[in-house]
Amino acid sequence: VIDAAFERVRERLAGVAGGTDVSHGVLVLLIEPAQLLATVRALRDDCGFDLFLDVTAVDWPEREPRFDVVYHFYSTREFVRVRVKTRVPAADPTVDTLVPLYGSARYMERECHDMYGIAFRGNDDLRPILLYEGFEGHPLRKDYPKQKEQPLVPYREPKP
Amino acid sequence: VSLPPLTTLPNPIRPAFDKGSREGSVIVNIGPSHPATHGTIQIVAELNGERVVRTDVHCGYLHRGFEKECESHTWHNLIPYVDRLNYCSALINDFAYCEAVEKLMGIEITPRCRYLRTLLAEYSRIADHLTCTAAALMELGAMTAFLYLVTIRDYIYEHLADLTGARVTYSYGRIGGLAHDVPEGWLKRLEEILDEMETFTGRVHGLVDRNRIFIDRTRDVGVLSTAEAVNWGFTGPILRSTGAARDLRKDTPYLAYAELDFEVPVGIKGDNYDRYYVRMREIDESAHMIRQLVDLLPAGPLCVEDRRCTFPEKELVYTEIESLINHFKLVMEGPQVPPGEVYSAHEGANGELGFYLVSVGGGVPWKVHCRSPSFVHMGGVHRMLDGYQLADIVPTFGSVNMIGGECDR
Repeated sequence: VIDAAFERVRERLAGVAGGTDVSHGVLVLLIEPAQLLATVRALRDDCGFDLFLDVTAVDWPEREPRFDVVYHFYSTREFVRVRVKTRVPAADPTVDTLVPLYGSARYMERECHDMYGIAFRGNDDLRPILLYEGFEGHPLRKDYPKQKEQPLVPYREPKP
Repeated sequence: VSLPPLTTLPNPIRPAFDKGSREGSVIVNIGPSHPATHGTIQIVAELNGERVVRTDVHCGYLHRGFEKECESHTWHNLIPYVDRLNYCSALINDFAYCEAVEKLMGIEITPRCRYLRTLLAEYSRIADHLTCTAAALMELGAMTAFLYLVTIRDYIYEHLADLTGARVTYSYGRIGGLAHDVPEGWLKRLEEILDEMETFTGRVHGLVDRNRIFIDRTRDVGVLSTAEAVNWGFTGPILRSTGAARDLRKDTPYLAYAELDFEVPVGIKGDNYDRYYVRMREIDESAHMIRQLVDLLPAGPLCVEDRRCTFPEKELVYTEIESLINHFKLVMEGPQVPPGEVYSAHEGANGELGFYLVSVGGGVPWKVHCRSPSFVHMGGVHRMLDGYQLADIVPTFGSVNMIGGECDR
């Protein structure tokens, strides 16, 4: 059943997506950033992937383009998952926002922007969400030191 | 006593609005440490009289860098960390994480482990639903119902402490198995607790289900349609309360769920009452599953015979060199996970709990990402708050069961 569902997705996306692959029961689509919106729209409207599960990024500092932006979608009709991956360079880590397609993208893109500094073009609300106003840097990037602290309220010396 | 003026402290958030959208509306700030909300969350609300016009929900006050921390420890050492995501049902996190790593390593767990994990996951789900329902009822003033449900939850915590040594954060899962087998007499006590639980949940049904005050406060409050719930990423009991029977245990069966007989309870209109009722019915279904699992539980080994992840017997570590080296390597270098990436999801007590792992080989993960249901739910919770009364914010928020550890990671 799952293979048949994946086959249908492959057929419908033949013109849009680049390479496809099945990994641990998830269909993986590797696409160019420019194709993102068209691919996801096709996934949602033609293939029934109505639940936007997750967006995150993976940092590969040695590689160019440096970041993978990774999306997961689920179909509540066929019970299959698809992963959409796209690569963006460190100089301009920008992808299109999915807010027009899924309401849930609003919050999840804010988190990804917090943690990796990925800019979501068209999402006008990229305020910090897990971090706070004024936090500098993007902590899940590999070059952000784990021990670095940015206390919002300065530490006080204990009185003797 | 002289306190510094509050204005000198920086504001950690930038509210989406600081002016009302209409004449006479008021902006109020609720939280992040409001005594009536369980969970550290800040809600900036615009009010028109008692009615909520719009809300801006801020989370992150419990952020402690879970994902960053995971990148510098071995795969095994993350188990205590994942426990602290959803601390109301820590075992479900354990098993979801372990299964993701096992998929990457190509390990199939033993039948006994599979059934035992299913049993414990359902047991944890009962504890989680009891906590959520108890707190949600207490917020409406139902103190007796709260005490009934929390009594049972405490029995479960004590019982799990007999098994794992800890009341809340168990660290009981292992990659390729479990820490140890159930002790003598543990399953007998399990049956006693389930019986007692049914007595108490029966009393709560009697006190609450047809209670005029409860119905008035929860019926048609925080209504969510199925289409809206899916659009805003809701899963788990909240999605089911809207009438959609979507449950990963049924739809994409994992562990031993394919062999069990159970129903997926759904609500009729997705309001606070339905969310209460769906959780109560799921408690029944979980108890039904646990009874089947006790009967089905096969004998046999608990952990896989795989030297990449399973620790050798302590006796062998002290008597032969191969086991000693094996133990040393597993502790110092960690289980060797082949390169690759995996997304694996379990039906957590609050919804789809997914782990997205990236490995570049070796004993330390390159990336661990947790798709936590609570966080996604916080992105859509304003749909349930806007348009209702100020006093409904707390019960609606309670019915969502936001868990700070999982939401903020």
